[in-house]
Amino acid sequence: MENIDTLATNLLSPVILAFVLGVIASVVRSDLKLPSALYNGLSIYLLLAIGLKGGVELSRTPVSVFIGPALLTLFLGLVTPVIAYNILRRLGRMDRVNSAAIAAHYGSVSAVTFIVAITFGTMTGNAPEGFMPALVAILEVPAIVVALMIAFMRDGRAGSWQDALHEVLAGRSVILLVGGLVIGLLVGPEGFAPVEPFFKSGFQGALTLFLLEMGIVAASRLRDLKQVGFFLVAFGILVPIMHGALTIWLAQFTSLSVSGAAVLAAMVSSASYIAAPAAVRIALPEANPTFYLTGALGITFPFNVTLGIPLYYAMAHWMLG
Amino acid sequence: MSKHSIVTLKLVTIVTERILEDRLLRKLMELGAKGYTLTQAAGKGSRGVRASEWEGPDTKIETLVSTEVAQKIVDHVADAFFEHYAVIVYVQDAAVVRGEKYV
Repeated sequence: MENIDTLATNLLSPVILAFVLGVIASVVRSDLKLPSALYNGLSIYLLLAIGLKGGVELSRTPVSVFIGPALLTLFLGLVTPVIAYNILRRLGRMDRVNSAAIAAHYGSVSAVTFIVAITFGTMTGNAPEGFMPALVAILEVPAIVVALMIAFMRDGRAGSWQDALHEVLAGRSVILLVGGLVIGLLVGPEGFAPVEPFFKSGFQGALTLFLLEMGIVAASRLRDLKQVGFFLVAFGILVPIMHGALTIWLAQFTSLSVSGAAVLAAMVSSASYIAAPAAVRIALPEANPTFYLTGALGITFPFNVTLGIPLYYAMAHWMLG
Repeated sequence: MSKHSIVTLKLVTIVTERILEDRLLRKLMELGAKGYTLTQAAGKGSRGVRASEWEGPDTKIETLVSTEVAQKIVDHVADAFFEHYAVIVYVQDAAVVRGEKYV
């Protein structure tokens, strides 16, 4: 009963309802669309805000508390792309390049899924550890590198591996997240106080607007569902659940709280759609973008923000509570 | 004799995915272009509608160059990008003044 209530809490939050509104707008072919400058501005604001908050929290977290979750996150970043690749190759019978391309997305992390997971936890009175944004930064890059290595280990590739690495490391999500963390660490709580109102009070509103656009984009991806086939739809829902369960099971060996484990599960189960597509387009140009973008944006993101996140919280309570 | 003499150069236009913009511009300069004009573009072609805000709008690159440089640019674009990316490249004659600026 309690789980049904928390599910309703998630589905009836303004953030998720805005996402649904975006989907509806796209389905009825409305002319609604966020200008790309606004969308870019919102993503910069959101990424910098979580980076700053995470850095400030990190500045008052002892290394001994942080090291376990950090190592677990790094381990999951290295392992999940290998799991995803093997499922795509062996069960899905997909070719190497497309399997590696999709694995890069599912190993890496969607920052917005992470933010929605934090918001959900805070809303239901289960706020996770404040240093969680630092884990996002750790999770983002390794999986993309591992997946590209899998593709590049076999014969010569058309794309450039160095260009792709630059695309990830110099991409806006890594710069803003890592930059925000460093700034937050350096200035600490007192230094952050003057700018905190701007980054705190506008945050939920900005997230709501951002999810409106995400709804429009996700729905436009859904039109490609027929092209990607049943396997990828099942993959986009079941693999995140599996990655989430693995995360929560492993989290018991660290100091992470129940909510922290649930948020980490949401992160690990999410699929990147900013850093990974840019890197993959450069490194693996032969891979079909319809597969990885439809999987990440059209299937996994909507699943995670609606049903996945409450599920990871429920699993964390059940396994660790 | 008119004050501003008109010479014929090649106007090379490339329309492609935004993600290729930086590396294409670097290559153009390397191949001998003296400058370029960038425009945001969106449209539809054999690779489907390319208007998604997600991947970023497409980009249109125009540059005025000599015939030799135009050929080098076309060769490079064809070899490096035709197979896997959404890209269009075409060359037109352009009558320009101050022709020495561009070659």
